[in-house]
Amino acid sequence: METIKKLVLDTVPGALIEEKQKLTITVDPQKLHLLASTLRTNSELPFDFLVQLTGVDRGDELGVNYLLCNSGDLSKEIVLKTGTSDRDNPLLYSVADLYETAHFNEREVYALLGIRFINNPDMRKFLLNVGWVGYPLRKDYNPDPHLNPVSLESHDIIDKAPRIRELEDGSLVEEVGNVFEDDDYIINIGPQHPSTHGVMHFRTSLDGEVVKKIDVHSGYIHRGIEKLSESMMYPQMLHLTDRLDYLSANINRHGLCMCIENAAGIEVPLRAQYIRTIMDELNRISSHLLAWATHTNDLGAVTAFIYGMREREILLDIFEKTCGGRLIINQNVVGGVMFDLYPGFRQDVTAFIVYMRKQLKEYNRFFSHNVIALGRMINVGLLKKEDAVSHGVTGPSGRGSGWSCDIRKHMPYALYDQVEFDEVIRYECDSYARYRNRLDEIEQSLHIIEQLIDSIPGGEICAKTKAVIRLPEGEFFSRVEAARGEFGVFIESRGDKFPYRVKFRSPSLSLVSAIPLICKNEKISDFIGIGGSMDYVIPDIDR
Amino acid sequence: MEIKDVKIKNIPYEEFNDNETLEKYLQELQANGVNVVLGKLDEIINWGRSNSLWPLIFATSCCGIEFMSAAAAHHDIARFGMEVTRNSPRQADLMIVAGTIVHKMAPLLRRVYDQMAEPKYVLAMGACTISGGPFVNSYHVVQGIDKIMPVDVFVPGCPPRPESLFYGLMQLQRKVKVEQFLGNQERKR
Repeated sequence: METIKKLVLDTVPGALIEEKQKLTITVDPQKLHLLASTLRTNSELPFDFLVQLTGVDRGDELGVNYLLCNSGDLSKEIVLKTGTSDRDNPLLYSVADLYETAHFNEREVYALLGIRFINNPDMRKFLLNVGWVGYPLRKDYNPDPHLNPVSLESHDIIDKAPRIRELEDGSLVEEVGNVFEDDDYIINIGPQHPSTHGVMHFRTSLDGEVVKKIDVHSGYIHRGIEKLSESMMYPQMLHLTDRLDYLSANINRHGLCMCIENAAGIEVPLRAQYIRTIMDELNRISSHLLAWATHTNDLGAVTAFIYGMREREILLDIFEKTCGGRLIINQNVVGGVMFDLYPGFRQDVTAFIVYMRKQLKEYNRFFSHNVIALGRMINVGLLKKEDAVSHGVTGPSGRGSGWSCDIRKHMPYALYDQVEFDEVIRYECDSYARYRNRLDEIEQSLHIIEQLIDSIPGGEICAKTKAVIRLPEGEFFSRVEAARGEFGVFIESRGDKFPYRVKFRSPSLSLVSAIPLICKNEKISDFIGIGGSMDYVIPDIDR
Repeated sequence: MEIKDVKIKNIPYEEFNDNETLEKYLQELQANGVNVVLGKLDEIINWGRSNSLWPLIFATSCCGIEFMSAAAAHHDIARFGMEVTRNSPRQADLMIVAGTIVHKMAPLLRRVYDQMAEPKYVLAMGACTISGGPFVNSYHVVQGIDKIMPVDVFVPGCPPRPESLFYGLMQLQRKVKVEQFLGNQERKR
């Protein structure tokens, strides 16, 4: 990392370099794009993966934090910070030309903090309606419900995208661009559509039955979790993460607990680590089973849906016996887990492993080689590795594009450095690779559980923590491998019992940001199948 | 009138909660007396209607997954004749609102409701649809869908278990069973 520091100082001599939890570099807004592009293209250690883009209201200035890392080695991380003190018309430079994933993230920052990005080709508000009064994540936001009443009036969608462009001479011009061409034939898929896996709105322009362009509208389930968290104490905000990506509820909560524990210096007992790891993997299996079931359902195999849900029900019973929750597990707390394992846990899980192995063979036998299924998945929805990295597509989908992006391997947490498992990678880049990856990951998860289930040590399940947890001042990150990809947590603390800013990195947002790219020139009927193979969860995107 | 006519298989009348509301509703409906022939005809129609309520699933978040569990083999919603989930509001009798409704979604929810044909029913599934649930203090969440449209049955839980959903659906079936289209019309004598 010394060479990186030197590179930073060579590029931007005035940069402020700090060694915090991550290497943090603060630069002027004018220099940010230059620095980011140098870091992205340097030959030694290219920082080509934009993990998190977080807008922060720092009080005296509105700023943005970028967490970058190297796509070959995810543990090589760097944080860039910049900001502007102009609160009336805050402008920063966009990095959307370097990282595709920045497009949606910058639009989200505009909606929630009001920062507009120069050179981003599309500066519409992402999550909120166009006419929303105020910027919710600013500290001086007025939450008066009379300003933004619930309206039952439908509004027409105007396909005009405002943007700010910098000319050669450095002056700025505001323009309005068209999202679609004038004679495009546009259909709306969603927001209330059974096959979009949630309330996503895809405005799709068609040429015959071939998709020309997709415009993504989001925010139909934006619940303001990040703002809510700012007024909650750390243990109170835990339950909100379960409701982000509810299919990997336990893993999300693990990520948040880990972030708080690392920051507060809380040691988690070994037994709790075992329970967490096993529950995470069971949660991953149940999520992949549901993903498999809905994907096959999208491709027309309704029986397969019933099969997937049947196996999932056994896991839900195990969750329920452990902690009372079926879908929302509520198991992790700061310092460990809330409930101990029940006496028959080992037998139940061991029996499930044997049963699931048998079922996996059956899944493969009757669907994975079905000629219709193959025709609808092979060479459909191609996502090249460079695009996957640029869009930040992680998880089984990213690994289907040949990108080794498993956080459990790159930055092991909990007990993942003590167990043996393979990172499932395929290089075909199509829907079928993503489909097969999920089934293979179920097998790997079973393998992980098998290694741990017989050796769970006794002892405490939760470390003793103070009633009111205060984090020291600073910025804390944690990254975990959720079922759909990398789930990230960012907490900025000012030493209080409430977080100053919380940001959740949603794996599904990246998956959806890649959909317009991979669906282009595919048939409209395949759009549904590709969506199933990417397996996004919408409340995770909207937060 | 005899209240015992409202029969749901396997659950005795006394074991249901909130029988008072149903009785009050029935009294109101039968205040003007019931025509013997048309009343019986109503019963036959309602027997058919209550056992084939076709739901439209307005699933926005977690509760939608629990509905999927309810529809799959283990819990099997087909036992109640409700497995025919319609994705078009024109063909549905019952809207199950499963998940948080936010400001951006509210007009769309209302529009889908307006598109449904009468007679129509709404079941609010989960804490979010009842009051806003865990997100009640959020700037973008509608605090209960009863502010947008009439609701017949509320099913609490976060998310409710499939069993609680079935209980709510059975309560709705009872409501459907006492309704009268033909028998209680006020006639001028």
